[in-house]
Amino acid sequence: MSAVDEVFVRLRADGKKAFMPFITAGDPDLEFTADCLRALDAVGCHLIELGIPYSDPIADGPTIQASYTRALNAGTRLDAIFEMVGRVSSEVKAPIISMVSYAIIFRLGIDEFLRRATAAGLSGAIVPDLPVDESEQFAAKCEDADFSLIQLITPTTSGDRAVQIAKKSMGFIYYVSIAGITGERKELPPELIENLTSLRKMTELPICVGFGISQPIHAELLKPVADGLIVGSAIVRRMADVKDDVSRTRTLKEISEFASTMIQAID
Amino acid sequence: MFGESAQQELRPPVTRPAKEFLVSSRSDTLAFDLSSSFSSQPSSDSQLPDAKGRFGKFGGRFVPETLVAALDQLQSEYEKAQGDPEFQNRLDALLKDFVGRPSPLYFAKRLSDLCGGAQIWFKREDLNHTGSHKINNTLGQALLTLRMGKSRVIAETGAGQHGVATATACAHFGIPCVVYMGEEDVRRQQPNVQSMKLLGAEIHPVTTGSRTLRDAVNEAMRDWMSSVVDTHYILGSVVGPHPFPKIVRDFQSVIGRETINQSKDRFGRLPDIVVACVGGGSNAAGMFYPFVAETDVPLVGIEAGGRNSSAGNHASPLTYGEPGVLHGSFSYVLQDDDGQTQDVHSASAGLDYPGVGPEHSYWMSTGRVQYRSCTDAQALQAFDAVATQEGILPALESSHAVFAAMEIARSRTPDEIVLVCLSGRGDKDAAEIQRLKKEFDK
Ligand SMILES: Cc1ncc(COP(=O)(O)O)c(C=O)c1O
Repeated sequence: MSAVDEVFVRLRADGKKAFMPFITAGDPDLEFTADCLRALDAVGCHLIELGIPYSDPIADGPTIQASYTRALNAGTRLDAIFEMVGRVSSEVKAPIISMVSYAIIFRLGIDEFLRRATAAGLSGAIVPDLPVDESEQFAAKCEDADFSLIQLITPTTSGDRAVQIAKKSMGFIYYVSIAGITGERKELPPELIENLTSLRKMTELPICVGFGISQPIHAELLKPVADGLIVGSAIVRRMADVKDDVSRTRTLKEISEFASTMIQAID
Repeated sequence: MFGESAQQELRPPVTRPAKEFLVSSRSDTLAFDLSSSFSSQPSSDSQLPDAKGRFGKFGGRFVPETLVAALDQLQSEYEKAQGDPEFQNRLDALLKDFVGRPSPLYFAKRLSDLCGGAQIWFKREDLNHTGSHKINNTLGQALLTLRMGKSRVIAETGAGQHGVATATACAHFGIPCVVYMGEEDVRRQQPNVQSMKLLGAEIHPVTTGSRTLRDAVNEAMRDWMSSVVDTHYILGSVVGPHPFPKIVRDFQSVIGRETINQSKDRFGRLPDIVVACVGGGSNAAGMFYPFVAETDVPLVGIEAGGRNSSAGNHASPLTYGEPGVLHGSFSYVLQDDDGQTQDVHSASAGLDYPGVGPEHSYWMSTGRVQYRSCTDAQALQAFDAVATQEGILPALESSHAVFAAMEIARSRTPDEIVLVCLSGRGDKDAAEIQRLKKEFDK
C-alpha cells in the first residue's frame, strides 16, 4: 500500500475527510517552501501538493502562473527542489505529492524522475498534461515504485471514460470541479454536487475535489460527497506578499491559519 | 530496429556531388544530400498519423483531461467531413472564389539571374486573400466549427497572418472571434492588428512570458479549457495535440497538390528541390506532404536562425533542440535541462516559436526532409533581393526560405528548378524592416 492509500484508509476508518493544500516550490524561495511544508503539516493537513514550477502551465490561472513565474525567475531548479524535499520530507507526516508537467518528467527521463522523486520522499504525482491515454508506460513504473500517479476526471469526461480513468488512478481521483483553469471562485458550479454523486457510484477510490475551492463554506458543501479537498490559488495568492523576514513570518502564519480553518470546516 | 538501419544503408547512392550550403546546419560537415533522400520502397508515410496521433514516436496528445472530449469530437467530425462530398465541394468553392486559388507558380527570373545558377520559382501563397497560406486552414476549420455546432472561435497569432485569416473566415461565416496575440507581436505587426479589428475580431494582447507566439498559444489553450463546450480553437499551424497536426496539414496540402500539377504542366516534370520556411510548420507541411511519396524530390525546411545559434537567440528547434513535450505534442523543442521552455528570438514574428509540428520531427528522423536555419540578417538580405529584383514584398517568414533557395540555386545549373513556397506577403513587415535595418546599420 502506498503512503497515499494509507492516509485514506485511516481517514475512512475515522469517517473523516482529507484537506490537501497546494503550494509552489520555490516561491519566493525554497526555504519558504520548506517552512510552509512543516507548518501545513503541523496544523494537520492530511496531504500536501507541491507544484513544480513550469514555464507553460496551460491548466493554471493567473495566480498559479504568476507564482510559477516568480519561482522560475528566482532561479528555482529541479535539483534544488529534490534536495529540499529530501531534507524536509522525513520531518513531515503528510505525504507530499508533486504536481508536475510531463514536459519536465520527460526531459528528466521517466526512470530518473521516479528515482529522484522517491529518493526525496515524494509519495506521488499529479501530471496535468498526461491524460490516461498517454500514461501507460509511466503508470506501470509508478505502480512498481509504490508511487501514486493520480489521474484527473473533469466535467467534460464522459461516463465511460470516467470509469476507465478511475480504474487507472492510484491513491485517489482528482475531480476537477469545473471545465476551466485553476483560480479562486466564489460560487461552486451548480452541477458539482450532482457530478460527484454520480462519480461516487462508479468507483471505490477516494475522490478529492480541486479547482476554484477557496472558502470554508465550500468545504461544508462538499464534505458529504467528497473524500477530500484541494486548495491552491487561495494559498498561493498569499505568497506574492513575501518580501522580507516580517512578511515571511506573517504569510506563514496566515497560510497556517487558513489551512486550520479549512480543516475545521471539513472535519 | 533492423528494418530501420537496413533502410539507411540501402539509401541510393548520391548521383550529384553534394555541395556546401552556406546556412548553418545541425552538423557543420553535413552538406545537402542532393540525391533522392529516402529509400525507394513505397512510402506509407501518407497514412500517418496513427490512431493515437503519432508520426513515428512524435505527436500524441499531452493535454489536460478537460480538452480530451473536444479533441475527440474534432477528430470524429473531421473524419465525417472528409467522407462528405458536400463539405469538400464547399471548401473547394471557397478556395477558388474567395481565396483566389489556385495560387500561381511564378518564375523569379531576375532573382535567378542575380544568383546565376538554377531557376528560382515561387509558389505564390502571398497572392491568396489575406496575404498568406493561413487562409487555407482557417476556412476549413471554420467549416468544421459550423459542423460541430460551435458558436465561438478563438485563435492565437504571431505575425498576425493567422489572426487575420481566422478573423476573415469568422466574418465570412458570422462567427464571433477572439484572437490572442503577444504584446511584442501586437507592436511589430500593427497592420494586421488593425485589419483584425476592422474584421470584427476581438484582440486579447498577451502580457505573460516573452509576449510572443508561445504565450499566445498558452492563453488560447487556457481560454479553451473554460469555453470548450461551445468554442472551437482554430489552431494556426501543424502543432498542438492530435488531431490538429493532421487537420492543418491536410487543409494546407492544397499547396503541394497544386504545385505538383502546375509543375507537370509547366515543366513536364517535378521541381529539382523544394524549399519552405518552418515556424510551426504549416506552409512547409502543406507543400511537402504531397511530395513525400515523390522520393526523387529533395525537400528542405528552413527554420529561424535569429541572431546566432546560442540559446535564446534563435527559434530553430529542429536544428538545435531536443525531443520534448510542448503545447500538447511530443516533438523537437527548445528547452533547458529541467524541461522549461527556452526563450526564442526571430525578427519574424511568425517563426518566433520554440516548438515545431511533430510530423516535421518525424520527417527529420526518417531523413525525408532536411532542416536548416537561416539568420535574421540573411532573411533581410533575401527580402531586399526579392523586393528590388521582382517587385514582390515577401513576408519576413518566407524570406528565410527564399534565402536558402538563392543559396541552393547558386550551386545548380540553369536547367534545374528550385521551388520556394512564398508563404505570405510582406506589407505587414514594412515598418519592422525599416526599424531592423537601422538596428543592423548601427
Ligand atoms: C507568411 C507566413 N509564413 C510562415 C509562417 C510560419 O508558420 P508555418 O510554419 O505554420 O507556416 C507564418 C506564420 O505566421 C506566416 O505568416
